[in-house]
Amino acid sequence: MENAMNDLIRTLTEAFGPSGFEDAMRDLIRPLVEPYADEITVDSLGNLIVHKNAAAGNKNPQKVMIAAHMDEIGVMVSHITEKGFLRFTNIGGVFSHTLLGGRVRFANGTIGVIGSDRSDDRNAIHPLNKHFIDVGATSREDCPVRVGDSAQFYRPFEVRGRHLTAKSMDDRIGCVVAIEALRRLPEAVAHDLYFVFSVQEEVGTRGAEAAANGIMPDVSIALDVTLTGDVPEARPMDVSLGDGPAIKVKDSGMIAHAGLVRLMRRRAEAAGIEYQLEVLDGGSTDARAMQLAGPGSAAGCISIPCRYVHTPSETVDAGDVEGAIRLLVAVLQGEMDY
Amino acid sequence: MNDLLKQLTEAIGVSGAEKEVRLLIRDLIADYVDEWSVDAMGNLVAIRRGTGQYDMRVLIDAHMDEVGLLITDIDSGGMLKFTNVGGFDDRALLGKVVQVGPDKITGVIGARAIHLLKSSEYSKVVKMDAMRIDIGAKSKEAASAKVKVGDYAAFVTEYEELDSDRTAIGKAFDNRAGCAALIELLRGERYPFDLVAAFTVQEEVGLRGARIAAFNARADAALVLECTPAYDLPNEKDVSPNVAMGKGVSVYIMDSRTIQDPRFVAHIMATGDAQGIPYQVRQPGGGGTNTGMIQRAGAGIPAATLAVPGRYAHTPTMMISLDDYHNIVRLADATLRTLTPDILRRA
Repeated sequence: MENAMNDLIRTLTEAFGPSGFEDAMRDLIRPLVEPYADEITVDSLGNLIVHKNAAAGNKNPQKVMIAAHMDEIGVMVSHITEKGFLRFTNIGGVFSHTLLGGRVRFANGTIGVIGSDRSDDRNAIHPLNKHFIDVGATSREDCPVRVGDSAQFYRPFEVRGRHLTAKSMDDRIGCVVAIEALRRLPEAVAHDLYFVFSVQEEVGTRGAEAAANGIMPDVSIALDVTLTGDVPEARPMDVSLGDGPAIKVKDSGMIAHAGLVRLMRRRAEAAGIEYQLEVLDGGSTDARAMQLAGPGSAAGCISIPCRYVHTPSETVDAGDVEGAIRLLVAVLQGEMDY
Repeated sequence: MNDLLKQLTEAIGVSGAEKEVRLLIRDLIADYVDEWSVDAMGNLVAIRRGTGQYDMRVLIDAHMDEVGLLITDIDSGGMLKFTNVGGFDDRALLGKVVQVGPDKITGVIGARAIHLLKSSEYSKVVKMDAMRIDIGAKSKEAASAKVKVGDYAAFVTEYEELDSDRTAIGKAFDNRAGCAALIELLRGERYPFDLVAAFTVQEEVGLRGARIAAFNARADAALVLECTPAYDLPNEKDVSPNVAMGKGVSVYIMDSRTIQDPRFVAHIMATGDAQGIPYQVRQPGGGGTNTGMIQRAGAGIPAATLAVPGRYAHTPTMMISLDDYHNIVRLADATLRTLTPDILRRA
């Protein structure tokens, strides 16, 4: 079982899908969720929407949207020099100090190495636009990619004991939680469930906004990673790797619905799932967009604690992932008495 | 002389006060559209029915507002204080002629003559809040008789063509060039689907009009026509111009507000290649257009953006290549004529 889970995490984290270019991710996820869906649709922006009807005769079914984003941060070629080097811009939150010596991969399989302009101060970090990608070309003519092509950071998935490390745990691990919850939910579910594998989260929660406007949920739950405060000299934050999934109370983009937070805590306690409460200073999730879409919804987020977010080595704890799956199933199967 | 561009650029329509340009466009399209209306924001929305071949609605957006100024106070000497409507480099303002308010009172944004500057002032940029519009009034009372606080001011620039009619200068090509192109599309043969043409307001202050127009349009796809800054002045380093004037229509892939629909972009480029219409990829990265709002309207709309490269945007005088202008009309038209629901359909 654990090996099967790791295989799924490896497959999803290594797949190609910078924001706006999630086709390969969607093709991977679709067959995995098809057996559990009453209906599958792909909307205009490319969100994969898996709908599961509430069992007939259920009292008080609510329309619940669960969102995990398929896209990952990346780069896009903005200029090719005469010698065939690529200048690039960011797709989502890419930080300069994670770049030098890293590798990227384009949709056509081309691998690039990231270099930077000469630096006279070894302690200074160049801004993004003073970096370049070397794909082994010698001129514009023999360059295998063109302006407007996007690339992902390139790093293999590694199992390190309980810790799992990959370049795009944000938010492929959320996708894994959603897929696994779909597998574990009974045939007869309590609510009208819309599992949305969303696009373009990293560039401003754009996919989830459109999907939520289409679905108009009563309750919405994002599945995403959050930061931790458990490494040397970390910014203080009461979330640690290995202490269970985090129930989001607030981040910089939203305040979670207080009743939904209480409901999640009750379900976790009833099921004996260790959990943490999360207050995140910087960053937000698809829940922000879902909360405000259409007439609004009761929004919350189940977070998977993650170290080194937006670097090529995002790291989560296998037990936290399991806890997040169990918590999501427990929340979805109960009364929505938030 | 391109009369359409001349009429459109010489008309006034600062964001929030687009009535003059709206009435002009209405008259220019009325005979060619099946219906038109003005929504709560002031967007002019026209429908041109298709041949009935496809059950599809395609929204084409061109914002009709332009950057300008707004009078905030009249001082005791009769000089007008103002603020900006839309983004400006303050350095572009000094010494420029403007027309103020509904009566189009002529004024000049005054600058101290160089004779009177101290040497230490030569290298300083005068900020907008220290500038005044001078309408020649001698007192607050005299000025107040002609101008009210809250009046808009717009630049006065006559449209001209240079270089054997291949280059044009004038004000507000951003985005009257897009408006002119959209008008030409409405005047052509019917498309295989219904066209919803939105001449939108308040783009320059935050894409506000398009948000409402897109919500109401219930479109299956959207194409935005724009004028984007050409940063193509000589540069010694090997960095690309974002787009260059005269090198073709600029096609967007990503800007700060959107990642354009990749299927729509591929269709545009394939159309340009097949028909030999010059286009250039606009350098991905910054900037933003109405597409940012339109793409996310309702449950989302597949959207793409085409633009005429224009030098000196957000100043009183811009420059465009008329070849680029003709090519945006050709590329938009050819793209739409070959657009089918299958191109944008997902299983």
